[in-house]
Amino acid sequence: MNALPAEQSLPGKVLHEESYLREGFTLRSWLLTRDHKRIALLYMISITGFFFLGGAAASIIRLELLTPAGDVVDAETYNKLFTAHGVIMVWFFLIPSIPATLGNFLIPLMIGAREVAFPRLNLASWYIYTLGGIFVVITLIAGGVDTGWTFYTPFSTLFSNSNVVLAVMGVFIVGFSSILTGLNFIVTVHRLRAPGMTWFRLPLFVWANYATSLILVLATPVLAMTLSLVAFERLTHIGIFDPALGGDPLLFQHLFWFYSHPAVYIMVLPAMGVASEIIPCFARKQVFGYRMMAYAILGIAIIGFLVWGHHMFVSGQSMYASIAFSLLSFLVAIPSAIKVFNWTATLYKGSISVSGPMLYALGFVGLFTIGGLTGLFLAATALDVHLTDTYFVVAHFHYIMVGGTVMAYLGGLHFWWPKIVGRLYPENLARIAAVTIFIGFNLTFFPQYLLGAWGMPRRYHEYAPQFQLLNEFSSTGAAILGIGYLLPLGYLTWAMLRGARAPSNPWGATGLEWETPSPPPKENFAVIPRVVRGPYDYHPSGASAPSGASAEPQA
Amino acid sequence: MSAPAEHFESAERQHQAAELGMWVFLATELMFFGPLFLGYAYGRWSFSEGFAAASRHTDVVIGTINTAVLLTSSLFVALGARAVKLDRGAAARVLLLCAAGLGAVFLVLKGLEYHDEWREHLVPWLDFRFARPHQHAAAMFYFLYFGMTGLHAVHLTIGIAVMVVFAVRLGSGPVARLENQIDMGALYWHFVDGIWVFLYPILYLVERHG
Amino acid sequence: MSAGLETPLQAASTLGTTVDVLFLTMLGVTGAVAIAVAVCIGYFTIRYRRSSGADRSNPPSRVRWVEVTWTATPLIIFLGIFLWSSAVFSQFYRPPRDALRVHVLAKQWMWKVEHDNGRREIDTLHVPVGRPVELIMTSQDVIHSFFVPAFRIKQDVLPGRYTSLWFTATRSGHFSLFCAEYCGTSHANMGGGITVMPQAEFAKWLASGPEQAGLAARGFEIYRRVGCSGCHEPTSTVHAPGLTGLYGRPVHLSDGSTVVADETYIRDSILQPQKQVVAGFAPVMPSFQGQLDEDDLIALIAFLKSRARPP
Repeated sequence: MNALPAEQSLPGKVLHEESYLREGFTLRSWLLTRDHKRIALLYMISITGFFFLGGAAASIIRLELLTPAGDVVDAETYNKLFTAHGVIMVWFFLIPSIPATLGNFLIPLMIGAREVAFPRLNLASWYIYTLGGIFVVITLIAGGVDTGWTFYTPFSTLFSNSNVVLAVMGVFIVGFSSILTGLNFIVTVHRLRAPGMTWFRLPLFVWANYATSLILVLATPVLAMTLSLVAFERLTHIGIFDPALGGDPLLFQHLFWFYSHPAVYIMVLPAMGVASEIIPCFARKQVFGYRMMAYAILGIAIIGFLVWGHHMFVSGQSMYASIAFSLLSFLVAIPSAIKVFNWTATLYKGSISVSGPMLYALGFVGLFTIGGLTGLFLAATALDVHLTDTYFVVAHFHYIMVGGTVMAYLGGLHFWWPKIVGRLYPENLARIAAVTIFIGFNLTFFPQYLLGAWGMPRRYHEYAPQFQLLNEFSSTGAAILGIGYLLPLGYLTWAMLRGARAPSNPWGATGLEWETPSPPPKENFAVIPRVVRGPYDYHPSGASAPSGASAEPQA
Repeated sequence: MSAPAEHFESAERQHQAAELGMWVFLATELMFFGPLFLGYAYGRWSFSEGFAAASRHTDVVIGTINTAVLLTSSLFVALGARAVKLDRGAAARVLLLCAAGLGAVFLVLKGLEYHDEWREHLVPWLDFRFARPHQHAAAMFYFLYFGMTGLHAVHLTIGIAVMVVFAVRLGSGPVARLENQIDMGALYWHFVDGIWVFLYPILYLVERHG
Repeated sequence: MSAGLETPLQAASTLGTTVDVLFLTMLGVTGAVAIAVAVCIGYFTIRYRRSSGADRSNPPSRVRWVEVTWTATPLIIFLGIFLWSSAVFSQFYRPPRDALRVHVLAKQWMWKVEHDNGRREIDTLHVPVGRPVELIMTSQDVIHSFFVPAFRIKQDVLPGRYTSLWFTATRSGHFSLFCAEYCGTSHANMGGGITVMPQAEFAKWLASGPEQAGLAARGFEIYRRVGCSGCHEPTSTVHAPGLTGLYGRPVHLSDGSTVVADETYIRDSILQPQKQVVAGFAPVMPSFQGQLDEDDLIALIAFLKSRARPP
């Protein structure tokens, strides 16, 4: 047990009573900050910008797909649009979203620390992200790239006439931002937990981001090298992926998916962490099966490294490899199923209030369940033969990433908004937005399951006329979804400027972050707390319980 | 600077954090090199004769000397880190500078080796020529050779710079303040050396006399 | 874009019908789970809403038997589906011996089809009902994918090697063919149709094309023209492996390994002869890279397949 020095309250230092937002108003104080909370906001602004940029691409895509003919943009432009949409949404929105904004803001608070382990590295990671983003914007201005976000060879290396090298450089760069974030979180969770904060007293949000960080640091470097090889091949025609020179295009696919499958768990695990914070709070009940939830998170992360070949069932890979990957893909679904059942069981005998965050969290559980169940269709090799490369896959991953991750991200933003900006948002608008988004989302993407099963391939700017009606539903839904996303952009910004001031703990939630003022001061805690209880110490039948830690002054 | 950074409760905690951070970073480096090793294995398996023919043209003399140079440098780094712990700043300076020097010797020899390979038309994108029928396999071998040794050399250069900075800073102020940093630097140096320990046999020794 | 070709809800191939049974079963199972989860969430949210006076005493935080059940049950169901699907999937890789062979060459942005007798078509494929058809496919440029939704089949078509798929159509009609691997600008227009005809009609159709040497005959002409016969005939003074009965036979290589002479082996031997040298022979065969295009290679392979061992 680490003995604490008597003075944990920064001797000789003037404690900042002010919120971290008031620690300097200059641009310099933001751009050179080492405060994890400010860095989180820097990320939030950047990823919001990219979200709407990727969303703009999606809007044009759905507009084009309203009719079977390719009459809005030409084929090449359409191909560049879906590539931009994928590259931006995957690497510049989804992967950083929860970890770099909510994770950066909350992890030190949740574990009772003042900062992450390497604050300057944290700031560097945001600058690297921005540099990668600049490369992508330059790529778009230079005319875009048309390979799809998957950059399959030999099209990307030998045949595409677009800005492939620029694009992969942008992704290469932003990968290092992810790696540094992951490295920081791993060391922070291992070495900066407050006294008494044992591993099994950590909130599941921390577990989720920790497991995500393991994937970030181990998988992303493989992507970096793979994209470097694509760039080299394109520039020098060595032949690694060119069959005429003895290379193998399937080698690229193995290397690419070895990263990109774990990447989808990078995108969904933090969302699961958010759900596990919101649901117990608004059900006033301990999460069901806390330990299993933590083990399931680790299980998903580990097994997730072993299933990449399920993206390649019809690629020409060996039948036996496909069967092995299929088995592992079914197995990785088990821990996810356990989590869904545990969230549902948390509601049993709870005392539930259907607040804005709760609507988002329950929406997450429902939509993630549907997305996960359809993943089983794709894990079944015989079915995947028909369904792969159709809109069924597009629907599947949007259910998880948009119905899942984006809804959880929005839920988390709402839940912690009072803590982050110190003001309350309008709850009714939040509920309206959540419902609008839920309806718009389902209208957009459920028809795509039907389109895919019926046979409509993906990445098509024109399609056979029998697919039109379902596409019309989908595009209409997209319009509603777009409006739904604009609502929180509006009222959360409004709340930040003019909302009612928030108390420390507006929701009566457990967790160390709620022990601090809203917003917290720069050092987070005047006195490092000593943790004596586990997380989620809620009581449904009584008033809200004391929070999960007691800030006992040190002897 | 013996007081820990503000958010660490003790210097020991900060040291532990730095050490874990370095190990995690080294894990990412391993995963970064990984695809190149995989590409090498794939090439060895798919074009065994072509790779064998290509690998006979690597300069095993320079390669072996360089291996000895690098291993010795690691010894000096380890001794230097130990000297710091025994508070012998002057000895540590000399040892780290020797290590950096040996690292520089490695780079010079590598540079000579690259120059020779360029003259022998073995650089894939600069007038590459190799006897038929193995020209494609050989191009792939040398692409991996230059890629892996080049990446290794970049990492080694960073290591040399870091050691020189340590040596300079050891000259002023208490030695103990640098102990943690030098430990981390040593870990990094040993990792770079470790990568070379794998590169040497696969690039110079396999199928040499096949 | 070929209009008027349908993707019917009922599969039009033998394997497709099997796949549909699996699909509907999956739909039933996953639908049941989705509904169960939704109902539970909805029910709990309403019954245990804050203002309700429902009994909340002793809320469980662990119920071992329930947890074991909801872990083991999905596991067993998943394993069952995995085994079923793997069995069906392996049938995709076992074309019947008497399958009609057709060669497909994919290129940006069209499908070039050639039947054994030399009859060619572009973006369409005529096949008989009730007879297995095997497609031997390669690409001239990037990766494409041959997708016939009605048959529930799909297979990526790669440059530099041959991939295959097979099906037995169960009824006549026109069925959509799509390219299902993004391949550049006109990927969406790289479609076409499969026309399934009664067997007698198909035979008539096959025979009625423009007069053209069959694939094997064309291959024989190339075999002589570019000089293969100069080394590979038994009368040659050059010591080269004989090619009679080569296709499908195991070949011993100089590095000690053994491979089966399939389409890809033959193609590689012509284009990259040093890649796999036959044991006991010097590596002196020149490469024909650049001299022969994909059509020529398909013809040569067909010729070699026709050269069976004399009894």
